[in-house]
Amino acid sequence: MTSWIDYTVNGLIIGNIYLLLAVGLALIFGVSHLINFAHGSIYTVGAYIGWSCIHYLHTPLPVTIAIVLAGCALLGMAIERVGLRPLAGSARIAPLLATIGISFVLDQLVQLIFSPDPRALPNPLPDWRLHVGSGTIGALDLLIAAIGLGSAALLFVFLRFTKLGWAVRATAQDRDAARQMGVDTDAVNRTVFAIAAALGGLSGLLVGMYYNHIDPAMSFQATLKGVVAQVIGGMGNVPGAVFGSLLLGLIESYGVGLFGSSYRNLFAFVLLLVILVLRPNGLFASSRQTPPEPLTGTFIAPSRPFRVPRAMIVGVTVACLALPLLPNIAYLLQTMTNVWLYAILALSLTLVAGTVGQISLGHAGLLAIGAYASALLALDLGIPVGLAIVAAGLITALLGTALILPAFRLRGHYVSIATLGIGEIVGLVILNWESLTRGPIGVGGIPPLELGDIALDSPARSYWVALVVLIGLALLQMRLLRSHLGRTFRAIRDDDIAARAHGIGLDRYKRLAFAIGGFAAGISGAITAHLYSYINYETFTSQISILALTMVILGGMGNVLGAIVGAAALIGLPELFRATAEYRMLIYGVTLLLLIRFRPQGFFGTV
Amino acid sequence: MPLLEVRDLARRFGGVSAVDGIDLDFDEGELVSVIGPNGAGKTTLFNLISGHDRPDAGSIRFAGREIAGLRAERIAALGIARTFQHGRVFANLSVRDNVLIGAHTRLVPVRRAALPLIGPAIELLLALLPTRGVADQQRALDREVAALLALFGERLVPRLDEPAFSLSYANRRRLEIARALMLDPRLLLLDEPTAGMNESETAEMLRLIRQLKQSGRSILLIEHKLELVMQLSDRVVVMADGAKIAEGPPDKVRNDPAVIEAYLGHRAVGETAPPVAVESRA
Repeated sequence: MTSWIDYTVNGLIIGNIYLLLAVGLALIFGVSHLINFAHGSIYTVGAYIGWSCIHYLHTPLPVTIAIVLAGCALLGMAIERVGLRPLAGSARIAPLLATIGISFVLDQLVQLIFSPDPRALPNPLPDWRLHVGSGTIGALDLLIAAIGLGSAALLFVFLRFTKLGWAVRATAQDRDAARQMGVDTDAVNRTVFAIAAALGGLSGLLVGMYYNHIDPAMSFQATLKGVVAQVIGGMGNVPGAVFGSLLLGLIESYGVGLFGSSYRNLFAFVLLLVILVLRPNGLFASSRQTPPEPLTGTFIAPSRPFRVPRAMIVGVTVACLALPLLPNIAYLLQTMTNVWLYAILALSLTLVAGTVGQISLGHAGLLAIGAYASALLALDLGIPVGLAIVAAGLITALLGTALILPAFRLRGHYVSIATLGIGEIVGLVILNWESLTRGPIGVGGIPPLELGDIALDSPARSYWVALVVLIGLALLQMRLLRSHLGRTFRAIRDDDIAARAHGIGLDRYKRLAFAIGGFAAGISGAITAHLYSYINYETFTSQISILALTMVILGGMGNVLGAIVGAAALIGLPELFRATAEYRMLIYGVTLLLLIRFRPQGFFGTV
Repeated sequence: MPLLEVRDLARRFGGVSAVDGIDLDFDEGELVSVIGPNGAGKTTLFNLISGHDRPDAGSIRFAGREIAGLRAERIAALGIARTFQHGRVFANLSVRDNVLIGAHTRLVPVRRAALPLIGPAIELLLALLPTRGVADQQRALDREVAALLALFGERLVPRLDEPAFSLSYANRRRLEIARALMLDPRLLLLDEPTAGMNESETAEMLRLIRQLKQSGRSILLIEHKLELVMQLSDRVVVMADGAKIAEGPPDKVRNDPAVIEAYLGHRAVGETAPPVAVESRA
């Protein structure tokens, strides 16, 4: 009985923290149809601003809160200025990718300034607890609840009764009409970002105090939770976001109570998928209602692909094949092996996101499936490594397609959110399915690469394995693009409604594309597993998904050669300059931002 | 038996009836125009017939078979092709590939691969390792594309390998019609094919549609340019507020008071206004 009340209180408190994130996301989505993926980074920045105030300036709590609000509001306005306004009129997914880039930059800046180590954020409130029945409620609990519900009430008053609030609602309903009636929609955007960011930052401060713990890696989960809460309530629906947050908090808390804390996120993401599949417009919309925005148009900039002379491709390929013949280059070979493995992943993603137009943000999940499948087949069933890798590719093709299947009826942003959720679920299932995956311990002692009796574990041989597999898959993909399937895939990407009007069944071809992509990604993950000899549920993080997407955009969506060059540029170049990990992520974020702003068609253009 | 038989078709959006109990019979080889003021429900009717929207009530029989509520891709495979009011070409595909998409349902790898689960695998295999049959068909289709584009004179032929996004607006509309024809449809739905075209382009389109009609195509046409409608149609159907208010040969419909009222808004003017008024409104 004790626990039940405590779990409820805990759920409501966490729900109030999500609330501060979700109402901001809902406001931003309302006026600009943008999912702000930098929201979690603002939350992190808010926590660190608060920590700095308390640690260096010894400010009392009200002052700390005021500084956090002001600092994050400014940051929000800056994000609007950099990430959104210059991209007005470009493809709708462009600002979303820009906010992903901004979140990389902010997270890495926080990490560079404050170090990646966690810090304690002490709670300055008096240490008393109120006994309710057999549970207790502390001062901080009450403060968080008051701030959460108070902000929601203030926001309601603002939107309902102030002139600027009216302008915000008018812009949300019809931006062009609002502008014609004299509403300064840029000012509205700025205001909305300022309010949303201030609330997000405050949320970070409060959560830091609640757990007495902050670290720079906390932002991604915060974004995801805010997005999940918002999807539950309906995208852009502010009251819905309030309800969705509290519901999410409670469900997580009861889930933890019943199954243990490693299940917390699993509940959140399964809930996300269930809502997306059953009620993509949120719990409060009628299910037959079409989405408020068609959300068509992926990140495809009209462009003519740049044709690289065949002789040059052949020449570079031969040079790459001959590279291991040079002496004393073990380090370079290791780097390049890594490049080729990433290039296989990028091939997979460029097919799914570029050729078919389904922007997947969960591709690392496919790597994980392939890696675990191959490792476990080789270790537990004693299947030869070469065979295990191929089997892992097939398993990934089947499993990956089956997982994404429910999301096929979704379009635009919703596909990205769903794939993001699926990617997270894969990691969490691996973490929790201990009997199969060995849970948090991970899988060690994975046999090295070999084919029959030939050991392939020297740097040169591993390099050749990765390169030859890459060349084979790349040739197949080029052939695929020239066939009727390539044409069909690209037609679905450019206009799925017109494609259906000519007899193209969308599900069939999306399934096929994900199966082909899943095979390639699975192979890449499997080879990685045998190279590393140890993997766990965190080996393939969602950062890898974003990194792969950056490679794909860099090379040109759907462009096979582009994907390979993109991988080489993003993995090879930072390695060449011996950039440390923090700076590397910073480079990726800045690259993504610059590309989307200045060269959305990438190096070689969309195919 | 009529080729297309629509009965009591209805579609409501919220409280508004976009299509409200429409009946329509359409015979093989006919050219029937659907006209009416903006918002009359013409495009919704097309969307219901082509499967891009599902009716709330009523039936649509095509060649004796009930198709109401079938998916758009199924209906296309049964032989109904359409163009779109605002033009929907595949922007990054070449002119050739755009037209070839029209032949999708006829492709050997697609037809061979109707089975569930194993079907897509066969289709993939035939794409990667084309058999002689597949290659022969591709060459035949390339010739067919050339012949089809020749219908439009020199408008599209020189741009065969250009991406569709580089085409002019009028050329995109032409490309859309070529793509729909590539399906070799038993029924062709054209949604405002001359929208945004100037006089000479419209005249060119009129000649083309007449040519298609003479070659035996069955065409259902939505059009605002009444002069074109009057010259081409065997029959004209007039819609207003989701309902059919008149139907008949062009000459009869042109002088129907109900039609004039629907266009001009009140009977007093309609009764005295000369038929030209209808055209000038359009």
